[in-house]
Amino acid sequence: MSGFFSALFSALDPLCGPVGLFSLLGSNSLVACGEAGWGDEIAFGVKVTITLALATLPVGLIIGFLIALAAQSEEKLLRLAAGIYTTIFRGLPELLTLFIVYYGLQILIQAVLASLGYEGRVEINAFFAGMAALAVVFSSYSSEVLLSAFRAIPRGQYEAGDALGLHRSRTMLLVILPQLIRIALPGLTNLWLNLLKDTAYVSVIGLADILRQTGIAARVSKEAFFFYGIACMLYLILAMISSFGFGFIERWAKRSEGHR
Amino acid sequence: MSYVRELIPPRAPPALAVKSLAPARIAGIGVLLLWAALAISLVFMVINGWDQDKFQRYGPRYLHGLWTTISLVGLAVILGAILSAPVAYARMARNRVLNGIAYAYVYVFRSTPLLAQLFLIYYGLGSFRPELEAVGLWWFFREAWYCGLFSLTLNTAAYQAEILRGAIESVPRGQHEGAAALGLSKRIAFRKVVLPQALIVALRPYGNEIVLMIKGSAVVAIVTVYDLMGETRYAFSRTFDYQTYLWAAIFYLAIVEALRHLWAFIEARLTRHLKR
Repeated sequence: MSGFFSALFSALDPLCGPVGLFSLLGSNSLVACGEAGWGDEIAFGVKVTITLALATLPVGLIIGFLIALAAQSEEKLLRLAAGIYTTIFRGLPELLTLFIVYYGLQILIQAVLASLGYEGRVEINAFFAGMAALAVVFSSYSSEVLLSAFRAIPRGQYEAGDALGLHRSRTMLLVILPQLIRIALPGLTNLWLNLLKDTAYVSVIGLADILRQTGIAARVSKEAFFFYGIACMLYLILAMISSFGFGFIERWAKRSEGHR
Repeated sequence: MSYVRELIPPRAPPALAVKSLAPARIAGIGVLLLWAALAISLVFMVINGWDQDKFQRYGPRYLHGLWTTISLVGLAVILGAILSAPVAYARMARNRVLNGIAYAYVYVFRSTPLLAQLFLIYYGLGSFRPELEAVGLWWFFREAWYCGLFSLTLNTAAYQAEILRGAIESVPRGQHEGAAALGLSKRIAFRKVVLPQALIVALRPYGNEIVLMIKGSAVVAIVTVYDLMGETRYAFSRTFDYQTYLWAAIFYLAIVEALRHLWAFIEARLTRHLKR
């Protein structure tokens, strides 16, 4: 069964499959797939970029949701704590956050292991570090979007939930969240596009994403303009696909508003 | 008929509800303690690892890097503002071709990473050395600083063009009609009526864009420009001291927070006639 699925995926591979972009257009050029060109390496980079962005999205959204809840709570201390978080991570450059998380986690883990009696060099996974840094940045921005969406939902909705005898968590899940998603969707679309662009930074700490793979190809083949142009094109295509997809989701989320 | 002869004697107010230690409060205290622990450990790290020698060697370099970052961003924002005006004009033009070109420019520069644009300009255009030498532009594309400035300018021009367009289009139609009714020519109406109102709308997005530029300018460190981030990477590669990144974080946070507060002040000042 898994063999069937992997065969299906490789047949539908948009870059290096039998009907892929690189296989059709660049069979004898620098972007040919296989040993002859850089097509399959770049296709792998595209996969890494998409995986990283998709893996960051739920983590960042959940953290961002919790921070938005904290920022609108009645407890002053909790609001202050949430404010510190968003101020720090919205003010730092993404590149610096990435370095701080990458080296900081390494030092932290090393210190913990040293206290347990293990003296060795620890190298943390670049994918994990990139995901953590991007999730932190994404969550601090998404908390602002979700917070303003929370403010757009009238108090009466909570009170109606109470009047129906729903528990607070059920009210949140059944009444507030569906409206929240609809209101926050345009802002979250922008944040997703930003996230997709920010994944380019992980190439600096050595993760084999689009930019790193095209960079290697550019250095080896001395065709820098061509390969970096391809990198830009790929990011452009990813952005187009996701704005198309989000347009679809937005129409779907708004389907109840049409006939009122 | 009966009536009340005696007033009800005053009673003591109800006892104050004892504020229980709600979960939110516990969570707030917990997270704040976590922040405090982090801050104390950072301060401890800085004091513990203080090295006069390193401070004297890298302190001036950090200040130089700070100046490079500020001048780079300042120039890029000003040049981008100049470049954004024709782009915004083309974006609002009725001419299909002009509009299409401006739209493509804005779309491409807004949806590709700044890092990729920088590589495309620095390494990509750098590979056309003979052609550039023939045109006499090699001195420009040879220097990483100029390339960084160029790519930051192109990037911010795309964003600023959208800000400007959105602001100008947000001015209601009645304002144009009112100006026309007063007999003002289109040019004067634009300059004296539309633009001042548009710029107030654009003020906040402009502030955000400058902050984004300061944060985005860190990427020029990757192409060997010694801005704040570049000096940090240099110092880290020499000392392997984690503090170098913390100092950079403090500098960046200070710039961004100062700018944010300055911008809030400017905005409050410029919109004081709109307050009710």
